[in-house]
Amino acid sequence: MTATTKTATMPSPNKPRLTTSAMIASIASEGQRTKPAPFGNALVEVARTRHDIVGMTADLGKYTDLHVFAKEFPDRYYQMGMAEQLLFAAASGIAAEGFTPFVTTYAVFAARRAYDFIHQTIAEEDRNVKIACALPGLTSGYGPSHQAAEDLALFRAMPNMTIIDPCDAHEIEQVVPAMANHQGPVYMRLLRGQVPLVLDEYGYKFELGKAKLLRDGADVLFVSSGLLTMRALEAAQRLEADRIQAAVLHVPTIKPLDTQTIVDACRKPGRLVVVAENHTVIGGLGEAVAAALMRARVHPAFQQIGLPDEFLAAGALPTLHDRYGISTEAICAAVKSWR
Amino acid sequence: MSGADLRTNEPPLAERAYGIRRNALRMGEVQGQGYIAQALDIADVLAAAYFHAMRYRPEDPAWDGRDRFLLSNGHYAIALYAALIEAGIIPEAELETYGSDESRLPMSGMASYTPGMEMSGGSLGLGLGIAVGMCLGLKRKGSDSRVYTLFSDGELDEGSKWEAMMSAAHHKLDNLIAIVDVNNQQADGPSTQMMGFEPLAEKVRAFGWFVQRIDGNDLDAVVAAFDAARTHEGARPRMIIADTLMGKGVPFLEARERNHFMRVDQHEWQLALQALDEGRRA
Repeated sequence: MTATTKTATMPSPNKPRLTTSAMIASIASEGQRTKPAPFGNALVEVARTRHDIVGMTADLGKYTDLHVFAKEFPDRYYQMGMAEQLLFAAASGIAAEGFTPFVTTYAVFAARRAYDFIHQTIAEEDRNVKIACALPGLTSGYGPSHQAAEDLALFRAMPNMTIIDPCDAHEIEQVVPAMANHQGPVYMRLLRGQVPLVLDEYGYKFELGKAKLLRDGADVLFVSSGLLTMRALEAAQRLEADRIQAAVLHVPTIKPLDTQTIVDACRKPGRLVVVAENHTVIGGLGEAVAAALMRARVHPAFQQIGLPDEFLAAGALPTLHDRYGISTEAICAAVKSWR
Repeated sequence: MSGADLRTNEPPLAERAYGIRRNALRMGEVQGQGYIAQALDIADVLAAAYFHAMRYRPEDPAWDGRDRFLLSNGHYAIALYAALIEAGIIPEAELETYGSDESRLPMSGMASYTPGMEMSGGSLGLGLGIAVGMCLGLKRKGSDSRVYTLFSDGELDEGSKWEAMMSAAHHKLDNLIAIVDVNNQQADGPSTQMMGFEPLAEKVRAFGWFVQRIDGNDLDAVVAAFDAARTHEGARPRMIIADTLMGKGVPFLEARERNHFMRVDQHEWQLALQALDEGRRA
């Protein structure tokens, strides 16, 4: 077996080379409306009347917006140190005593490092633990150590786990109280920091377990979640210039999947179905939708936009999103090539 | 019910330990094999826990004022079932179902199956972390209940145990009593040869715990250790390291070398019960 190393490419004189491969990178495009720390602020609001809610983290309070909660409720905040296995086992224990812990870390550390601890102490025992994880999918330029390309695949395979992949600040503000009101374990993909604000313009209302049509269109149907719903909406607007009418069906709840709404939307004849997700093409929304369509004997033209089955590169997020096909430009180009 | 104080008219602890061993052997016979040697080695500790140290209501195993008992080493379920039967939490007749389809007594302990079973073990390394969270939760509620958790020396190989040990000391969890069964046996052989853990007491003391090391098959020593753990005034978690003998109480099982998951022939179960009875008379 031979080791492979990446070869450096020199900057092109025509295109500036972006210079950051930082762990934390903004997902907001330039000039986009944003809101600060929607998760932390929403949690504070819910916790004002829900005294059973506590916050727990493993040395990532600041980077998961849980510091907002910690500042407001210091005596309800548990810093567990950089020990994710302990973090989730302890969350199970505190939930067993009747509390509702909101637990934060990065998605890689929940989905990969602490998987068995979540599986056995939280999901198997059906503990009322709410897991909110930053850096889902490809939202870090730091390399595979921090890129949770596979978190949905892993958590989808875990019985009892509800999975939510919200799109923007407007949605996160509604997801947090829904998580608190839901009985049982929940995994939420967290967007933190300055989070884009998009869905308010669509009069959107989050409902746990429901897919929602954000715009209609006769030629293409995007079925998307999380960050990629934002991109699909932008792509749909741009594709109008090419006389391509694209609909966007937003599917924030990955599990349980709103199969009925998805299948009904895909049944409409003549539309190319494009499932778009900030996740590896293996085991995420794309394959979940494909399987649902097969079972329902609905067979539209079908394509997937998602991350490739490989260890992703370090680099600036816009560069990486372009390279791996989840930028708005890349999505538009792919859709045109498929038509 | 406050454990020792109100139970002075009850059978002596040695009789309880005998009852636990006898229940375990009868369950073992149902399967013909199992973690029998461990059940026999830990019976004295469980007798002292359930009939001296712990507070609980047999008729209401989920009573909020109970002390919690977290069985981290889920394969010791046969031992805990034996104690729960002895304590009246599980009816004795149910031991005939041990490890069988539809039984509430699966071979590996799981919270959703069995009254009195507080966690799902099996995957080793989970219990002490859960205990940390429960202790934090109990303090938050203003409860004076304690969390007892049992694991064995092999489980010390798991890094999560040491995360939890650091955390318990950091959070000053004086409502936590951890019991380590040092029988020096794990799946592939003697625990000390798989990954050395000694000097254990010194290590855990250095982590900030109140630590006692005792002969886990000396009932008086076990009782004294539980008393010291409960009355210790330091704001720190407590550990009882119990050195035990695999198969304790049944000499021909004590002498067996391959004893982690033991096969016992059909005719031997009766011999084992007889040996146990002889020890009781002596």
